[in-house]
Amino acid sequence: MVDLLERKLIFVTGKGGVGKSAISASLAWLGASRGKKTLVCEVDAKGNLADFFETDPIHFQEREIAPRLWAMSMDTEASLKQYLSLQLRIPLVARIGPLASMFDFVASAAPGVREIVTVGKLCWEVKERHYDLVVVDSSATGHIVSQLSAPQAINQLVQVGLVRQQTGWMLDILEDPATTGVAVVATPEEMPVSETIELTDRLRAETKVDLAAVVVNRVLPELFGRGEEEVFDRLDCPEGRERLDEVLGGPSGVLLDAARLAVSLRRARTEHLERLREAIDPAIPMLYVPYLFFRSHGLRATHQMADALSAELGY
Amino acid sequence: MSQVDAAKRPQTTIGGLLASKEIAIACGSGGVGKTTTAAALAAMAAVHHGGKVLVLTVDPARRLANALGLEGFGNVETRIEPDAFKSAGVRPRGELWAAMLDTKQSWDDLVRRHAPDRQTAQRILSNPLYQNISGKFVQSHDYIAMERLYEIHLEGNFDLIVVDTPPTRNAIDFIEAPQRMAEFFSSRLLRLLIAPYRSRMVNLATRPFYQVADRVLGSQFLEDIAEFFILFQTMYSGFVERARAVERVLHDSRTTFVVVSTLEAAPVREAEFFIRVLSSKRFHLGGLVLNKVLPHYLLDEGAERRASRLYDDAPEFAATEGFADALGADRQQLARVLYEVGENFRNFNIVARREAAQRKELAVRPDVVATAPEFDADIHDLPGLLRLGERIWT
Repeated sequence: MVDLLERKLIFVTGKGGVGKSAISASLAWLGASRGKKTLVCEVDAKGNLADFFETDPIHFQEREIAPRLWAMSMDTEASLKQYLSLQLRIPLVARIGPLASMFDFVASAAPGVREIVTVGKLCWEVKERHYDLVVVDSSATGHIVSQLSAPQAINQLVQVGLVRQQTGWMLDILEDPATTGVAVVATPEEMPVSETIELTDRLRAETKVDLAAVVVNRVLPELFGRGEEEVFDRLDCPEGRERLDEVLGGPSGVLLDAARLAVSLRRARTEHLERLREAIDPAIPMLYVPYLFFRSHGLRATHQMADALSAELGY
Repeated sequence: MSQVDAAKRPQTTIGGLLASKEIAIACGSGGVGKTTTAAALAAMAAVHHGGKVLVLTVDPARRLANALGLEGFGNVETRIEPDAFKSAGVRPRGELWAAMLDTKQSWDDLVRRHAPDRQTAQRILSNPLYQNISGKFVQSHDYIAMERLYEIHLEGNFDLIVVDTPPTRNAIDFIEAPQRMAEFFSSRLLRLLIAPYRSRMVNLATRPFYQVADRVLGSQFLEDIAEFFILFQTMYSGFVERARAVERVLHDSRTTFVVVSTLEAAPVREAEFFIRVLSSKRFHLGGLVLNKVLPHYLLDEGAERRASRLYDDAPEFAATEGFADALGADRQQLARVLYEVGENFRNFNIVARREAAQRKELAVRPDVVATAPEFDADIHDLPGLLRLGERIWT
């Protein structure tokens, strides 16, 4: 198994709302802080990624936002333009008229074009720009498989032409586990866990891209250790509560309510974690990132998550 | 107050809102509990308003689908057994039905409906490009969800349809899907691409377009595309008309949108965006449902002060005469428990404060705002749906 950060191209995916952008940002941050020349790319441009670095909006043209760390936002149209002029050496692309509408049209007409232009650009950055690490804040689970299998699909649909020639080298990059891997982000909740399990099955069945890691985000801490929960239970009864009110000089029941809430949330989530662990090949590393109470996003949160990932990766 | 005035007055509860609507569309970003909320609203409407209520879901959790008896039914509307309500201790006034969206099946039905004859339909259905578009690519979900909604609405079998929207890249995509579909079929470029395969006449102005397209995609593939669209064009007028009709239904005064969110930063921002777009496009914004909201007591300032004291001086409190003994614990153990209780409250207090700030920032909002707590267990049966429903209904 190749270590996650030893790879050059990491697609970070997961169900909507699990913190894909946060994990992508912190993985990229970790890579850069470990001396790798790193590019982080946002694919579904919602503008979230900039928040995690507290930087100006990120555009298609990559920009160095921290030492050794570049960021870009995918724009399929700009990417196609670059692709046509650089890869296919088609001159004077600008003169072909309304490239935008042509692209819109071709993209709707030929399924996979949008996907391949996205994946192609990323593979190209790995191949030509000599980044040590490219982290992709990718599409959600529903879309990532069609994105990753686009070169293969195009290869089958298009029998001749330049596009056909282009898919070969992309597949070489995507299908090499030493180079490329997918990191699936989940939270310990029912749907994210189910989608993660389904996605790992689909990745295996429909693509040759390697599953590099499962990142479990927002793991709640275990509140009480051995024996402590019994003490808490005895405290959380009418006499115990009365006693606590006396000791603290005011109504304190809600403190116990909050602890009870935390314990039951943690318990419900543990079941999902176990289900996930059982379903995922034991060889795949699972990285746990704790729930951050103090900051949900911003640079501070990115640093904290990068630290957590660093510890999980054994650095 | 006269009845007319009462009808004009804005609704103040989700229950009141749904009483006067025939279609309710739940939307919002991923992971906020859209599917569950849509199902809970439908179940509540069946219980309280009566009539036939359908929830059209896109991708329910397997256990929820099982509980609703949806496994294996897919596109077919299926009635939830009245016994399921009995076990929840409720006697519904109406019927609850459910259907799951099967994208591929819905596309196939659409082709069969609009194709001029069975042969053409068959040729389209077996075209590899069609299979790719209908089965694989996520964008096609947007349109088909709205199309399916329209079809069910047109059949007139239900008093209320609650729709769960597909996870789109951009939460707003599905609203515009019918219009985009209509535009696509009317597009000049579509005619442009098909032209050479019809007339073999390529004029000077458009030649560069073909040269590029040919070089990039290869002529065989271009021909495949053209054939596919020539076939598809036979359905042109039916499609465009249909897409426009779907759009009309979305704009109808009997249709309402319910935005679903949590109070985390990213979903709130998306909800705000959504609310803005819905208002600017003159869709009916009926309500906002906030899910997984932490309990209010976490904001209690007195409690927060006491939590901080516990956190700072747990050993001293644990040493209070007779305290540990009464609990049958040693002082160290009790100190540890008290410290954790204090820290935990402070932690959740911070999250709750952040949520309160997010709620305040939601400046533009609909008349109806409902809040549901984070439940201990996942919701995967009718009693669970009704528990959630009770919290947001009134």
